[in-house]
Amino acid sequence: MEQYNQLSEISSNERLRKLMVGYYMKAKFSWLTRKKIAWITSGGPVEPLISMGITPIYPENHGAMIGARKMGPELSDAAEDLGYSRDLCSYFRCDVGSAVLKKSPIDIRPKFLGGRAVFGGGLPKPDLLVCCNNICGTVLKWYEVQARFFNVPLIIVDTPYNYDGETTEIIEYVTAQFGEMITQIEKATGKRFSEKEFIRVGELSDEAVNLWNEVLSICENVPAPMTCFDAFMYLAPIVTLRGTQEVVDYYKQLKVELQSLADRKISPVPEEKFRLVWDNLPIWFKMRRLSKTLANYGAVLVADTYTNAWADNDISVEKPIESMARVYATAYLNRNTETKIKNMVNLMNRFKADGFLIHSNRSCKPYSFGQLDIKDEVSRRTGKPALMIEADMCDPRAYSDEQIATRIQAFIETLKERKATA
Amino acid sequence: MITLGIDLGSNTVKTVLLRDGSQVIARSLRKGGHDMETVMNECLEEVYSAASGEKPDKIVATGYGRVSCKIADKEISEISCHGRGAYFSMQGARTVIDIGGQDSKAISLSDNGKVIDFVMNDKCAAGTGRFLEVMAQALQVPLVDFGDVSLKADRSVDISNTCTVFAESEVISLMARRESKENIIAGLHKAIAARVIAMAKRLRIEDEVAFTGGVALNSGVKRALESASGKSIKTPDHPQHIGALGAALFAFDMA
Repeated sequence: MEQYNQLSEISSNERLRKLMVGYYMKAKFSWLTRKKIAWITSGGPVEPLISMGITPIYPENHGAMIGARKMGPELSDAAEDLGYSRDLCSYFRCDVGSAVLKKSPIDIRPKFLGGRAVFGGGLPKPDLLVCCNNICGTVLKWYEVQARFFNVPLIIVDTPYNYDGETTEIIEYVTAQFGEMITQIEKATGKRFSEKEFIRVGELSDEAVNLWNEVLSICENVPAPMTCFDAFMYLAPIVTLRGTQEVVDYYKQLKVELQSLADRKISPVPEEKFRLVWDNLPIWFKMRRLSKTLANYGAVLVADTYTNAWADNDISVEKPIESMARVYATAYLNRNTETKIKNMVNLMNRFKADGFLIHSNRSCKPYSFGQLDIKDEVSRRTGKPALMIEADMCDPRAYSDEQIATRIQAFIETLKERKATA
Repeated sequence: MITLGIDLGSNTVKTVLLRDGSQVIARSLRKGGHDMETVMNECLEEVYSAASGEKPDKIVATGYGRVSCKIADKEISEISCHGRGAYFSMQGARTVIDIGGQDSKAISLSDNGKVIDFVMNDKCAAGTGRFLEVMAQALQVPLVDFGDVSLKADRSVDISNTCTVFAESEVISLMARRESKENIIAGLHKAIAARVIAMAKRLRIEDEVAFTGGVALNSGVKRALESASGKSIKTPDHPQHIGALGAALFAFDMA
């Protein structure tokens, strides 16, 4: 097996960088282009916004960037100073901290100005907030806080939790709200909604989501040509810009490049010994360290529930609004535990995994709720062991290097023992 | 064939010198400190002199200081080592409860002694030896006497705080209310046992339970664990050396 330096092999990485920089630059200068900005939750319905020429901005994606740049504690402290508890979601705390301090990884400092800041760092100011509670309940209060802070309208889409699977009542209820939401967006931005344009965007969104699914599926190959640490990076466009042509083009290129690596059996680790599935958000501030730790043991994260949450979409031409309602009402985190167990078992089988890592995320309660049952049940159904690690997506104060290292080492030792006796 | 296991724990350094993977030649244990290497060397001198100068063929290190142990041929996690050592000391053990200086863990073993699953405490020292150490200071009762003292209790008080720091203030206020030390200590044992058993229940607690680590020397905690779990729990000989013993056994596999 050949080891590769993927930064040099995957030329679409440069395209990804340009795509994301371009996205945030355009949004930062939206006052020049008179484009409206809507902040939206990560599971929120983005297609209507894009079809109306409104730029969607994701505080959660920003939270991930803050985490990866290790700015979590500083920005979180600012929110805690305002009285918000450290027990609240670290994305929320970082978003509030960033808005108040005007500090962020997004900070435009042109060379011709001698590196001085053009405007404060942070996300471009919103004209409108769109909050969909299909990912958690925290976003409701979070967006209310930001609506007061920026003094802008807030649109809420309520998606009841699918305790007993998706029901007609839920779909009807959410469909009705989508109709209402479009009127509210028109009122708040002065832009007109066109169903034709919406269907066009919906189709592009579907195409991007299908491509993303194909990209992730390439890791079914043994050895896998990338790890989830790569997928966590490649995820940004599907979250932020699905529904645009440039995202479709990007994933087409990425898919070709990854497939070529897979065909040549090129692996990101010298020798792929253990294939693992990851559950929950990444630990953004420890990506490099964790990826190195696992690579040293020949362990590869071949699939995860997080990036796969964006690999499922189906907006139909016949019933565009209703099909969109179905997509958003049945988002991964809005489904019951049995669905999550089945999904995980499916990933374990499809990706030929030897075990799974469960990140119990201090910040993300809906994602971490039920994980002990999920762990036991997935282990029982697949016969594969699991390790649960306690951490946080953005706040290193809820993370201990030594403890995690010991647990991972012990887990790998048990996997090794299993393989030896198998 | 002689092998050595070194367990560099958070509180103490333990070594076990083993002949042919079956017979313990010597053990040593010393309080750790900032200069772990010196303490370890003292431990080594002790076991080597007991073995009349015989040196090991292979060395395995475990415990929190394992990575920085230069003389080791290999480092193995304390989970694997405790599992291995416990199964060796107590044939048929299926669940290991280990309470050390700053961590507590539960390990599930297969019927041939392999680690199937494990859980460890996170973020909190409440279920560890450190918890009892802090309380020993507050109560001014030597830690080694805790087991015997708790035997004399006529009831065990409820310690409602699981946090070590808050539990300490709770203990101080109990003393101010003239609650007997015996009853307080029995209450502390109950609190630590409740915490550890709740964690161990994430795995299945089997009938054959081995209790290891420094806290296993405390018979009061053992009784409290038994009553919290409803299982009869055995403490193998030299429970503090189980990790080092496991390491020495792994070293024998390598030789």
